Amino acid sequence: MKNMDLPGLTIKDALEGFAEKKFSSREIIESIVLRIKKLNPELKVFLSDFYVDAINYSKKENTLLKGLPLVVKDNILTRKFKTTAASKLLSDFQPVYNATVVNKVLDNGGTIIGKTNMDAWAHGSSTETSDFGSTLNPWDTSRLPGGSSGGSAAAVAADLCIFALGTETAGSIRQPASWCGVVGLKPSYGLVSRYGIIAMASSTDSPGPITKTVWDAAFILNIISGNDPYDATSINVSKKDYTKELDHSISGVRIGVPKEYFSDKIDSQVKQTVMSSLKNLEKMGAQLKEISLLDPEYAIATYTIIQRSEVSSNLARYDGVRFGHDRSFFGEEARRRIMLGTYTLSSGYYDAFYRKAEKVRTLIINDFQKAFENVDLIAGPVSPTTALPVGATDGQSMFGEIADMLVEPSSIAGLPGISVPCGFVNNLPVGLGLIGARLSEELILRVAHQYEQSTDWHKRKPKLTL
Amino acid sequence: MTVLSQEEVKHVAKLAKLNIKDEDLEKIGSQLSETIAFVNELSDLDNETSKLGETHQVSGLNNVFREDTVVESRVLTQEEALRNNKNTYRGYFVVDKIF
Repeated sequence: MKNMDLPGLTIKDALEGFAEKKFSSREIIESIVLRIKKLNPELKVFLSDFYVDAINYSKKENTLLKGLPLVVKDNILTRKFKTTAASKLLSDFQPVYNATVVNKVLDNGGTIIGKTNMDAWAHGSSTETSDFGSTLNPWDTSRLPGGSSGGSAAAVAADLCIFALGTETAGSIRQPASWCGVVGLKPSYGLVSRYGIIAMASSTDSPGPITKTVWDAAFILNIISGNDPYDATSINVSKKDYTKELDHSISGVRIGVPKEYFSDKIDSQVKQTVMSSLKNLEKMGAQLKEISLLDPEYAIATYTIIQRSEVSSNLARYDGVRFGHDRSFFGEEARRRIMLGTYTLSSGYYDAFYRKAEKVRTLIINDFQKAFENVDLIAGPVSPTTALPVGATDGQSMFGEIADMLVEPSSIAGLPGISVPCGFVNNLPVGLGLIGARLSEELILRVAHQYEQSTDWHKRKPKLTL
Repeated sequence: MTVLSQEEVKHVAKLAKLNIKDEDLEKIGSQLSETIAFVNELSDLDNETSKLGETHQVSGLNNVFREDTVVESRVLTQEEALRNNKNTYRGYFVVDKIF
């Protein structure tokens, strides 16, 4: 199969190609490994380079994924491979079991070819706080890929895999997907098991797919969703085929456009790009409705308290006894977050900070519920800017929170959301964000899919020199 | 604006079991104070939240139980349990003295 762009395949195209016997998964993996060897030294997507072994276990004809190669964010436990969460504290940590999402992709014939870079402990929105150096954005290597799932998003954008798994606590799938021009789906909290994910903020952590198209995201959600007895926050809903209704009409779907998500804190060209994508949806039959939501600034403050508090508790387990090095190996960002969380949970401050934040969380949930009485989805930019230059996080203790201001409210409320490519500003990708009520993944995917199919943004590829 | 004193930073570091060098106390103190000043804006919403309950989790689930049985497939062997430990003695974890 010479002259075919195998690394650039989507899951759907690959499965169709297999059916027509155009190529094999082994050929795809081999061409991707070759590409990784050429591009990874510059992009620095991978934290471990075991992809050379991948070819040995790619015979999985009778499975859903038929051996297709994926990459996995390095805070997701993999028994065969070192898992570091991009922290030196776990630089030699060898998990003794797989995360549930890993077992699900392996059982369905996925071939894991690499573990991807991220902000250390997923604390950030740039991948720049990785203890092992930042990944670079394939669209412009002087810029950041976003984060914390920056390595996974960059790998999908640069065709170093067919799809990726990431995790999101508040923006960590959608924001890097937006900055890298790929699709990122953050499922409803509880729809995808957290078992085996290195815990960050347990009350919002949500694993999800990063893919080249919306159809692919729906296909992977079919595989990774579902109740897991090992995660007590995993919900029990009947299995669905999320690809089934992607082509059903979107006529009459009411899309709320919150004016607070188009404030003057958002880059004007990003706003224009997203607005024109919404006009496009309107032409396709959707109804746009201006709505008003709580100022996202309050969600930033709420999220900051909740996240730091949960981090201080979750990272208490790193005592150097059962795994990892001792606590002196925590980087600056992790120490800052642990200390702030310790402070907000400590005696005398618990009521003023933690308890108050958990009340505002209720307010945010109610605010969304009220909005969803009149609209079916809420749309806006995923990120206030396009990809920022390397070094943007220097000395910015609230960088991630500002970068994620438009996705934090929905994360706190446990709602599902997607980032789908909707255009470019100065050759950098922009993501359209769609947020729905809890468990409205089918509707989100359907609208995102039909928008995507009406454009060719998802077909554009970064120019990378091999 | 709340400003954390160096003593307070030391106290929080002790609670969090982190060693902070004396020369870093001021920097960390001012970064923490900056974040605290930012999150203090939640007080604007005191009227709206005064009658609201707290939300600790959003799964919609309550009291998830399971049978109190051993799941063999999930049991770690002694070797697995100790695999990532750097200090063992005859198959046990070695920890610092508590008393």
